Amino acid sequence: MKPFEYLRATTVQEAARALAERPDARCLGGGTNLVDLMKLGVERPGLLVEVNRLPLDTVAELPDGSLRVGATVRNSDLAAHPLVRGRYPALSQALLAGASGQLRNAATTGGNLLQRTRCPYFQDVSKPCNKRTPGSGCGARDGTHRDHAVLGHSDHCIATHPSDMAVALAALDARVELYGTEGARSVPAAEFHRLPGDHPERDTEIRPGELVTGVVLPAATASLPSAYRKARDRASYAFALASVAAVLRLSDDGTVARAGLAFGALAHRPWRASRAEEALRGGPATPDAFAHAVDLELRAARPLRDNGYKVDLARGLALDVLTRLAGPTRT
Amino acid sequence: MTGTGPTLGAPAERREGRQKVTGGARYAAEHPLPGRAHAWPVPATIARGRVTAVDTAAALDLPGVLTVLTHEDAPRIAEPDDPTLAVLQDSRVPHRGWCVALVVARSPEEARAAAGAVRVEYAVEEHDVTLRADHPGVYEPDTANGGYPARREHGDPEGALAAAPVRVDAAYRVPPLHNHPMEPHTSTAHWQGDRLVVHTSSQGTTTVRATLAALFGTPEERITVTAGHVGGGFGSKGTPRPDVVLAVMAARRTGGPVTVALPRRQLPTTVGHRAPTLHRIRLGAGTDGRLTGLTHDVVTHSSRVKEFVEQAAVPARVMYAVPNSRTLHRLVRLDVPTPSWMRAPGEAPGMYALESAMDELAGELGMDPIQLRLLNEPDREPDSGKPFSSRHLTQCLRDGARRFGWAGRDPRPRSHAEGPLLVGTGVAAATYPVLTAPSTAEARALPDGTFVVRINATDIGTGARTVLTQVAADALGAPLERVRTEIGDSDLPSAPLAGGSSGTASWGWSVHDACARLAEALAARPGPLPEEGVTARADTTGRADADSPYARHAFGAHFAETTVDRVTGEVRVRRLLSVYAAGRILNARTARSQFIGGMTMGLGMALTEGSTVDTPFGDFTESDLASYHVPVHADVPGIEAHWIDEEDAHLNPMGSKGIGEIGIVGTAAAIGNAVHHATGIRFRELPLTPDRVLTALTG
Repeated sequence: MKPFEYLRATTVQEAARALAERPDARCLGGGTNLVDLMKLGVERPGLLVEVNRLPLDTVAELPDGSLRVGATVRNSDLAAHPLVRGRYPALSQALLAGASGQLRNAATTGGNLLQRTRCPYFQDVSKPCNKRTPGSGCGARDGTHRDHAVLGHSDHCIATHPSDMAVALAALDARVELYGTEGARSVPAAEFHRLPGDHPERDTEIRPGELVTGVVLPAATASLPSAYRKARDRASYAFALASVAAVLRLSDDGTVARAGLAFGALAHRPWRASRAEEALRGGPATPDAFAHAVDLELRAARPLRDNGYKVDLARGLALDVLTRLAGPTRT
Repeated sequence: MTGTGPTLGAPAERREGRQKVTGGARYAAEHPLPGRAHAWPVPATIARGRVTAVDTAAALDLPGVLTVLTHEDAPRIAEPDDPTLAVLQDSRVPHRGWCVALVVARSPEEARAAAGAVRVEYAVEEHDVTLRADHPGVYEPDTANGGYPARREHGDPEGALAAAPVRVDAAYRVPPLHNHPMEPHTSTAHWQGDRLVVHTSSQGTTTVRATLAALFGTPEERITVTAGHVGGGFGSKGTPRPDVVLAVMAARRTGGPVTVALPRRQLPTTVGHRAPTLHRIRLGAGTDGRLTGLTHDVVTHSSRVKEFVEQAAVPARVMYAVPNSRTLHRLVRLDVPTPSWMRAPGEAPGMYALESAMDELAGELGMDPIQLRLLNEPDREPDSGKPFSSRHLTQCLRDGARRFGWAGRDPRPRSHAEGPLLVGTGVAAATYPVLTAPSTAEARALPDGTFVVRINATDIGTGARTVLTQVAADALGAPLERVRTEIGDSDLPSAPLAGGSSGTASWGWSVHDACARLAEALAARPGPLPEEGVTARADTTGRADADSPYARHAFGAHFAETTVDRVTGEVRVRRLLSVYAAGRILNARTARSQFIGGMTMGLGMALTEGSTVDTPFGDFTESDLASYHVPVHADVPGIEAHWIDEEDAHLNPMGSKGIGEIGIVGTAAAIGNAVHHATGIRFRELPLTPDRVLTALTG
């Protein structure tokens, strides 16, 4: 392993300063992904900024009814938190659908957002990957890509983002809070991750010198019916082949008052299905209306040689979750 | 036959269990010899060609690096019988992942970092890694693995099939699979003057010692190889692998102890895989269900390094009464990593295909699949004409059907749904040959009333240490706690490897004989024992390897209940229940563990385990345990293994058949047949992952 320096930061400012001064610095939380990538030679940081001592390890209700989740809150703690389970079931379900119990005990909220793709070509330094080594090519396009993107991919990269949690955050209208030497800001969770475009090496909108300090779950989606469903190769401890998070509020007349829908494992970021949401809003909460809306969204899919199944899979998952959220009287 | 006492068959606990769960059991990498160095192999990054230059300067400059071995300067070894061991001997690159350099450093981390700094230049040649049944390079070898003839024919299979009123003609495909034992292949080697001591993760160190003696020109008596505890092998540690050769080379170069612990990601290309198999099976039957013709044609691959022929058509020579048959293996040599043995080589993929085809035939006939099997039960082994020493497949099927609740099953496909879940049940048979090899053993009675049994058996997690102690205690008429068994060291009386489900039978035979002789000797000499005790030895050469007039196989029957989610294509197993007839079961606890372990691996073969040849690059895409999906606990909610009491006087003194592999044989077919019952769709390519299943459901 390449030698590296180690800073155990105790304040957010100290961590941000270190990140700003050292472009080769990386934040270390649970280490469940970063340490693996260091062993593989994919990540070669000169400085690790350990964030576990930062005062970011709590879940707190804010005066406006929203919920702030600190960046170092562990995935298992977040999934089990009574307010999360009660108000944002999709988030709890998404967290529990991810990884294994041991990994969830170590993994943090911030780290979950910042984890890298599990594309096998990204992880194998002997093969080309534009995300790891810009300009080296994409091994997956002509290689093995059953697990890769069907939406929003580019000529340079067809990787997907592996997080379950982030998909739920996108559907729940959460915001990601960032802190850097320029100060604090927040971005919508659905826009925190990027599409690959010409720069697949950039996963997120995070700026140099910034760190994730937390996630805010808005009051507007609290206690709305929400759910997460994931399809995978085995019953546990596998990344999604496709997943969906949905939030659905119906008006008294049974029409859709609010819909939040996001897909996982289809794109380089959690795919917020804005077209589908728009089509649903104000319309009937019927299977036909759901199918119409979801099809509108998935019309943009451009499957590769071996992953066309993802479109059908995502469609089925979305219809199933929306129908369940609409309740038995609506079906 | 032994076994009058209560010891044999008892569910004795593993003797090393406490050591293992408290971390005290020492594995091959856990020998902290003073000054020990660690080595990291550098794998080739091309699929075919030659190494033209190796620049080690940058690597040697890194901290902690002691040396870098390349094909230009590595110690020369004699030509090995297994050419996969001829590492760092020439510039040839036969496949991606082939070892092209070895970095030795003070720590594994430093070795890994330096391995990344070795610059290798290649002359690249075009590669071909794609297996096709119509590949122009397909040829028929003389023999398949295990010494079986590549081709066997009886009667007129083509004529019989042409005339058969009911026929099945189906092609099945099993992908490459990986053994992936928990403990990666690891060796620690140390030259002490002209003596060589090696701690290795192997299924049999007698073979390792013989191999190292030949390769390094050192007499066997100056080599000690130990394998005290082994974290699984599943066939991939049956013979020495490159790790042990590299460790000995590096130890010779540095003069100190060196550990080579293969990184997980290098296992798929380095230690062998189950070769992919393409099957075509044709069955012909009368309207009464009696088979009249059978062909099983297998096409598989091997590397350029050596011929390795997965013997997947062999079980069709054992299973069913059919007068006209052809079983044939053909091979394509490709620029792929070299395949090797993986749990039930031949039987596991072969019985997937055969038992799926039998299910298809039952469907064509409108006959219950158990009834079809009962109807075609042979009197003698179909291929050899020999009588069976014992064969209780029909009892396994009947007993399993009763336990599983098969009676009253609606045979119509897609007849049962629970909401979005399609539910189905399936059955398949299992078989595995009885193999034994000569072994020696020694038993000693000590003055304090205890006994020591010494034999170079290997416990790869099976419970062998415990079972051999039971065999010894039974033959000695002594309580278990008074017998100590020493295994896993090539200085002990030599013994064959833990492979081919033959270990317990082969070792137990010599342990039994040594202990029986010792008991006789003790009975003949009253009075206190001398200080050094009394010793008896046994060698089963000439008996354990004698030809038998009987066909000897274990049999079994698997029953599976699966659900198929119409929304996602996810297949899950609700229940897996199997019944075995495997001679005498010597330890109910460890036997159950072997059976359900094999069944779980078969479940993985059916549903989750699959490896993809990465065509543009030439290696396997799935090279870690996050992407190569072995089943997890959540995949195995209900699993039961049962056995019938089978007496067979034509085996060995214990009356036992091997049980390490039969659990994986046919399991994938039972699950696949259940998926067909659930969906009405016949899948013929494994694994049954959601992408395949959903595409078929929606297509």
